[in-house]
Amino acid sequence: MSNSILESGTTNEPASTTVMSMQQALNRALDEVLAENRKAVVFGEDCGRLGGVFRITDGLQAKHGAQRVFDTPLAESGILGLSVGLAMAGFHPIPEVQFDGFAYPAINQIVCQIARMNYRSRGTMPMPITLRVPSFGGIRAPEHHGESLEALFAHVPGLKVVSPSNPHEAYHLLKYAATRPDPVIFMEPKSRYWQKAEVDIARHEADGGAPTGAKIMREGRHLTLVAWGAMVSRCLQVAELAAEDGIDVEVLDLRWLKPIDAAALAASVRKTRRAVVVHEAPLTSGLGAEVAQLITQHCFDTLKAPVERVTGFDVPYPSGDLEDEYIPNIDRILFGIQRVLEYKRG
Amino acid sequence: MDTLSPVASGGAAGPLTADELRELYSLMVAVRHLDTSAIAWQRQGIIPGYAPELGQEAAQVGSGYAVDITRDFVFPTYREMGVARTLGVDMVAYMSTHKATWHGGLYNPMESRLAPIQAVVAGSVLHAVGWAHGQTLDGKDGVALTYFGDGASSQGDVHEAMNFAAVMKAPVVFFVQNNGWAISVPTERQVAGGSVAARAAGYGIPALKIDGDDVVAVVDATRRAFAHARSGNGPVLIEAMTYRRGPHSTSDDPGRYRSLDEERDGAGVDPIERLRQRLLADSIADEAFFAEVLAAAKAEEEQIRTGIQGLGSRPGTEMFDLVFQETTPALQAQAANWREESEHV
Repeated sequence: MSNSILESGTTNEPASTTVMSMQQALNRALDEVLAENRKAVVFGEDCGRLGGVFRITDGLQAKHGAQRVFDTPLAESGILGLSVGLAMAGFHPIPEVQFDGFAYPAINQIVCQIARMNYRSRGTMPMPITLRVPSFGGIRAPEHHGESLEALFAHVPGLKVVSPSNPHEAYHLLKYAATRPDPVIFMEPKSRYWQKAEVDIARHEADGGAPTGAKIMREGRHLTLVAWGAMVSRCLQVAELAAEDGIDVEVLDLRWLKPIDAAALAASVRKTRRAVVVHEAPLTSGLGAEVAQLITQHCFDTLKAPVERVTGFDVPYPSGDLEDEYIPNIDRILFGIQRVLEYKRG
Repeated sequence: MDTLSPVASGGAAGPLTADELRELYSLMVAVRHLDTSAIAWQRQGIIPGYAPELGQEAAQVGSGYAVDITRDFVFPTYREMGVARTLGVDMVAYMSTHKATWHGGLYNPMESRLAPIQAVVAGSVLHAVGWAHGQTLDGKDGVALTYFGDGASSQGDVHEAMNFAAVMKAPVVFFVQNNGWAISVPTERQVAGGSVAARAAGYGIPALKIDGDDVVAVVDATRRAFAHARSGNGPVLIEAMTYRRGPHSTSDDPGRYRSLDEERDGAGVDPIERLRQRLLADSIADEAFFAEVLAAAKAEEEQIRTGIQGLGSRPGTEMFDLVFQETTPALQAQAANWREESEHV
């Protein structure tokens, strides 16, 4: 942990907030990681001179040199396989896969190599790899540019998965992920890259702790909305609308999709006794099923209704014109809330 | 084929000394004896399975012999027992993978400079490029040696690895053991164009296509390749032509896809016999030496077998403890449940 974290945890100084976009927050986090860890290296397609197609690595090559921030040939398996070897040689690779759907060609290296090397080598070859993946939909992009792969990654033993929902979370979660000794899939909600918000650079959490586990983004009494990535801000919007009808919605940002913070889920739903999980990924075998099961297991006696899921559909991610029909929108989330609130035991 | 310029590989050592030739012979016999014994172990139920390297002793011992384990790193497949033995890896720890004790083997890859045993065909070729690029970033002079076969050469990762290595000028030696067979499919139905070495030209990588059953040629080629890569000239590809004399694994039945006549013709003269004849012709060794080597190989195999037989299962807690460096609550809970409900407390 950096000194700033320790300091912020022990003092009551006013927050050192600054307004920035998620793109700027991620860029700043990478800049600091590169400065703090000489073994950190950033690379991927167009990550060097161009600064990445989303400019997340903008200016980093000029500042930290072409050896530590570099362009690779256009081959995702190559990028991830290269990461394994670099990790074996003592580096902390921070590769980028340019878009979610481009992770598919690298699945063999991610699943069969990165996720298992620590295990295979009996802990002698850790894989401190932070794989950044611009993720989820919402930008009317071509095919394979709007996928939600969290359930796929979360199902793989040996991987950890995290997704920030706003610039503050992005800055701190990336700085935290990039200092872990295990592989972390870092899913950036690309539709939120340009929204600006306050970032408290000095302080991770209100209590000064590390950004592990889930985080309550809005407290409420009647129902818990569980979400991650871009769906968190949508759920916060929904909560405001529901409040107009006297429904007090709690919004829980799961943040870590593996490991899932079951204790935080249980604590929230024990209080609200109702839950709706919202995600962009298809319904069947989505992470919502895992969340619903954890809630059921921990809160069965207190639940007033079955856990609802408001998600994408079991269809290939559609073209831009139909994107708004696919991604859970405000109305569909409100309908989900209504189903839970109106549930009658048979 | 030899497109590696003699100038670029200039730092390579001179001809092999008599001592080195005798050492190579001893290594090849030790490997042969352990390899054929492992088949017997499987038949006797000591181990559940094995992938023999019978006939590839010259290719494996010769290439492994060129490695400097103080600075280089080796990336094997699942058939590089001869390389492991040559590098001096603890062979009980290595063979434990075939006893189904632990997938990657029990040896320490960092200390032995041999990456964990790799079951994915072509899985570790890119890792070698990454490790080698790390040498460049660190300003060190280590070379990565990565093994793959004619079958693996069909995998896309091999293309990506060769392209990345060439673009990044990474100090890697790609060592292809073309043993004629990918389980049941012969090279002519596997490798378009007939040669993996010929592909190297497309990446601007120098290549050596060598007689992989001539251990002296293998050592020489590998040393030249290492010298080239170590001097900052980028990767080299070696295609060692050899023959898989045995089955793909102890579960395989070559009688279904090749006749004994074809096998005899394809295999040619045994690489160990070839070296033996050479040692005799040059008066470097005599029958007493050969007998001594065989006795040592037998003693070594017995010691390894005893070690393997004495090897118990790993404690089940390792299933959970070795997944992450930093474990998770879910994993801890599963481990606790397992402990509570299992008999292996």
